[in-house]
Amino acid sequence: MRIAVASGKGGTGKTTVSTCLAALLAPEHPVALVDLDVEEPNTQLFMDGELLHREVVHKHVPMWRADQCAHCGQCQQVCNFGAVLSLPDEVMVFAELCHGCYACSELCPHGALPMEPQPMGVLRHAVDGELALIESRLEVGQEQAVPLIKHTLDYVDARVPAETITILDAPPGTSCPVIAATRHADLVVLVTEPTPFGLHDLSLAVETMRLLGREMLVVVNRHGLGDDAVEEYCRREGLLVAARIPHSREVAHHYAQGHLPLAVPEFREALGALAEVLAGRSS
Amino acid sequence: MKEIVVISGKGGTGKTSVTASLALLAGRDAVVADCDVDAADLHLLLAPDPDVEHPFAGGTLAVVDTQACSGCGACEQACRFEAIVVENGVAVVDDVDCEGCGYCARVCPEDAIVDERQTVGYWQNTSCRTGGAMVHARLGIGADNSGKLVAKVKAVAREEARARNTALVLVDGAPGVGCPVVSSLSGADLVLLVTEPSVAGLHDLQRVYQLVASFKLPAACILNKADLHEGLRDQVLEFLTAEGIPLLAELPYTTAVPAALAAGKTMLEWDISLAARLRAAWQGVAEQLQQSGRTP
Repeated sequence: MRIAVASGKGGTGKTTVSTCLAALLAPEHPVALVDLDVEEPNTQLFMDGELLHREVVHKHVPMWRADQCAHCGQCQQVCNFGAVLSLPDEVMVFAELCHGCYACSELCPHGALPMEPQPMGVLRHAVDGELALIESRLEVGQEQAVPLIKHTLDYVDARVPAETITILDAPPGTSCPVIAATRHADLVVLVTEPTPFGLHDLSLAVETMRLLGREMLVVVNRHGLGDDAVEEYCRREGLLVAARIPHSREVAHHYAQGHLPLAVPEFREALGALAEVLAGRSS
Repeated sequence: MKEIVVISGKGGTGKTSVTASLALLAGRDAVVADCDVDAADLHLLLAPDPDVEHPFAGGTLAVVDTQACSGCGACEQACRFEAIVVENGVAVVDDVDCEGCGYCARVCPEDAIVDERQTVGYWQNTSCRTGGAMVHARLGIGADNSGKLVAKVKAVAREEARARNTALVLVDGAPGVGCPVVSSLSGADLVLLVTEPSVAGLHDLQRVYQLVASFKLPAACILNKADLHEGLRDQVLEFLTAEGIPLLAELPYTTAVPAALAAGKTMLEWDISLAARLRAAWQGVAEQLQQSGRTP
């Protein structure tokens, strides 16, 4: 079972929820925690294990071969992303804009733009007992998160058994990286906070998940702060609020230093109940 | 005209709350641009006047003419994104997976595929309660190309600032280090980093600063929730000192911030001690802009 933890708004506690769920479920179930927030991956700040596998992940981009080029300009014409510029005596490739569609390369009549690998990030797979910890980290300067997210999910398909409870820590927002991270999840847990920002971004995330046809649960973090509008919205939209995590300075303090706040009783209680709901769904 | 871009790496550090407060301090002197188009929230605090929504055309999507399609499968062969498959003799496009590269349309022997331009979002340019102008946008649900929409919002804001003869453009950037952030940073005169004393806050600050430094942009920092953790606060300060990033203000960890938010107010308007610190930070921003000496 694949459970994506997403949020719309950043900083609502997505990583706290996914790491704590992994820790709570792992003693009794096979669990994999996969950090797909590849622009700013944080899960391995909180949990680490023995390194099992590390790989540099590549994307394929065209490399210009001057000796093959007839300067016909076809490459620039077929690129929808402005990543190839055909000048009178040179072809320039802007690798950071390239989506890896291969059109310029394969449609070049002279084979002057072969695709070659370029590093875009690093995937790490560590294990802590029965818990698998997988993280991908985009190289700073690379602009596109989606190819790395897709590669990581392919890796999970190949290496993580289907009966594992796989928790996907998704990126914030609602655009392409979130869609890549959540679109094949069996269940999406949306973490929000009871403020106007939390509500606004939750409603965007809900619309996005509806477009993808995903089943959803809502977790209200920092419950007790702000107002009731999130709860009202969830009632109106028929969304189940599966956990309310009380606002606590102590929890924030644990989180700040990279500790899971599971020693805080009211936090553990709220997350424990959520873990049971999810374990029930997966069996 | 000078451009200040507020970013954070990590989400939830208070970037938008800080930006809204600075926008009120700037008043008519700034055009505000919300470039966090994925989850734009600044309008909730700055109450822009309603205005026409201008559609923004971003990428393209493959659309199949089912009458003309022969089901030969050339498109399926070409597509690297598994977004087009032949089903029952006709090519079918998955709109979510389609990257908009147009390769399928180019190889179709029947010319049965059109590479159609899509409206990916809407932008508005209007007055807001700072007394100045505000440019903001919303990305369509599930849309691609947020980087391009960011570039559009910035371009409109700069144009508006020129038209109004306004000294500043104040940009609320996106979280992360990917294309929307890169796009928000272009042309910045000062990057304002809003962070918090936590391992995740520091980690993400270090990554996003790597990006800022690669563009050789001057930066300054506001440390929010400064008293949340003393040890991490020290680590953040050490990093700032090592990189030569001036610290403009430390704001306390307080429930006044969400309380203000729930009332639709900024922290500037809600709490006297926060307001004093924000004024000092704004003074610091002005000094940094002078020192950076970059001319528009």
